[in-house]
Amino acid sequence: MRAYVLRRLVVAVPSLLIASLIVFTLPRLIPGDVVQLMLEEKAYGKDLEDLRAKLGLNRPIPVQYVDWLGAVVRGNLGESLWTRQPVLSELARRLPVSAALGALALAVAIVIGVPIGVIAAVRQDGVLDFFARSLAVLGLSVPAFVMAILVTLLPAIWWGWTPRTQFVPFATSPAAFVLQLVLPAVILGITSAAGIMRLTRGMLLEVLRHDYVRTAWAKGLREREVVLKHALKNAVIPVITVLGLQVAAIAGGAVVIEWVFGIPGMGQFLVDAIVQRDYPVIQGINLMIVVIIVASNLLVDLTYAFLDPRIRY
Amino acid sequence: MAEPRSSGGTLGGLLPVAPVLAPAWRPRWGRLVLDFARRKPLGAIGGVIVLSLLVMAVFADRIAPHPYASSIAGARMKPPSVKHWMGTDNLSRDIWSRVVYGARISITVGFATVALATLMAAAVGVSSAYLGGTYDILVQRVVDAWISFPGLVVILSLMAALGPGLLNLIIALSILGAAGASRVIRGATLSVMASPYVEAARALGAGHPRIVRLYVLPNVLATILILATIGLGQVILAEAALSFLGFGIPPPYPSWGAMLSGSGRSFMYYAPWMALFPGAAISLAVFGFQMLGDALRDVLDPRLRGASGSVS
Repeated sequence: MRAYVLRRLVVAVPSLLIASLIVFTLPRLIPGDVVQLMLEEKAYGKDLEDLRAKLGLNRPIPVQYVDWLGAVVRGNLGESLWTRQPVLSELARRLPVSAALGALALAVAIVIGVPIGVIAAVRQDGVLDFFARSLAVLGLSVPAFVMAILVTLLPAIWWGWTPRTQFVPFATSPAAFVLQLVLPAVILGITSAAGIMRLTRGMLLEVLRHDYVRTAWAKGLREREVVLKHALKNAVIPVITVLGLQVAAIAGGAVVIEWVFGIPGMGQFLVDAIVQRDYPVIQGINLMIVVIIVASNLLVDLTYAFLDPRIRY
Repeated sequence: MAEPRSSGGTLGGLLPVAPVLAPAWRPRWGRLVLDFARRKPLGAIGGVIVLSLLVMAVFADRIAPHPYASSIAGARMKPPSVKHWMGTDNLSRDIWSRVVYGARISITVGFATVALATLMAAAVGVSSAYLGGTYDILVQRVVDAWISFPGLVVILSLMAALGPGLLNLIIALSILGAAGASRVIRGATLSVMASPYVEAARALGAGHPRIVRLYVLPNVLATILILATIGLGQVILAEAALSFLGFGIPPPYPSWGAMLSGSGRSFMYYAPWMALFPGAAISLAVFGFQMLGDALRDVLDPRLRGASGSVS
């Protein structure tokens, strides 16, 4: 097990290197120079060349890349070209907000998706199944940002209720912090929940046809035990795989949701940085996201072994 | 579709090609469509929606009662009525007309992107599987890195790099879509490559271009078609999300996503119809393509369940 984890981490290195190269090159393709933009808006330096030298942007790009990579390995993501704040400390402030949102969304996806999927499979072709499947189709079709608009708009029309827009930091009031994330997290999680529900239903239907499930019935076990103890555990592995993929989907969706609800997380940070062509910030955020996704993939693989003792690493 | 043309008369006649879609009998299209509708009612509904969108997109200038950017005197933020049945917006423009023209954007972006992405994905996927070796390993590592990013993040960075605009949007979206699709096409090619008829063709001395053209491509075509249909819905969704964030198609051109953000959002408490109808249009379009794609996949190639990458 430990050897496997180590091997996986070593294999992740080339992937991360290629990703870092993409992360580094992409923002540099942005036409229009950050230097020019800065000179227009504020007097940061005497002239273009002076400013460029100050920011270290006058060196060849490969040199800049190696420099940046060396700093990253030592735990330094550079500083924002605009605010001169270290990227790492800004990320440290925003990552927990996004992480809380993402974790809540994932929880919503599981809590809604798996039980409804189970019920739909057990009562296949019944009324509940029909409802569950229609809901899933709806959840997959209505994009998160449309849903976000609807949930802020409809209650306002019907009951004159609007969600509060003032963001409460965790330090001020932990309860209010979590509470304000619930609605965005539900919206963010619903699309994933629909996918998970469909998959859970499909896998469970397949497993329920197996001989050992018939044996469990024949032993006189109650439905609850047959479904939850014998069948579900064997149906859930592909669901875990998809859950791993949902981490990336949720990270992407969070960008839009944070923007709509004015949540000061990584997504908002990224959109601002892209508009301002703040290279180190864009690089830092993208790198952070890649690391999170690589880590969650590893976690998914380790979960397999936990769920299915036959899988050993 | 699966029959290789028997040019030269030797290979085509001698070698069986695994049938993909083509039944031995000549299809009667009416029957085929009716059968499909009976087996996959949701898919058929999706098909009807897709067809209506196509009609709206092609004949937008005939269907829409007003040009998309023209202000109508004295009709600022009017609620839905007989005259403007989706109401008018803050610049006195007819929303129904804008939704109709919006279909043109969604369809254009959707089809152009999917065409471009499919072309790239097929080139990368088939060549990667066919050539194998170092080339395959190298290409696949790049694809790995590419698809491990969240789609929207990649797209935002690309759009920032290219700047807003229709063509750039299509390029950015297709680069993203191609990576995931190429992986599936590579897999399909690998399985075709392992089949005896390819080996037989090679033994008979067929060159690489001939094998790819007559044996590999026709047999991965079903996979490619299904990926393309499912991709359409995702691309339309991605375009809407990007325009919503302000990285898509600049105003005054009426992209559904853009109508929902900006003025649609700032005025929605006074004129809810400004946000509701574009939102409904996006959802309906995504629903239509999704259902049609799912149904086509089930009918043509059930092995592809869950094989598509998602954009947002």
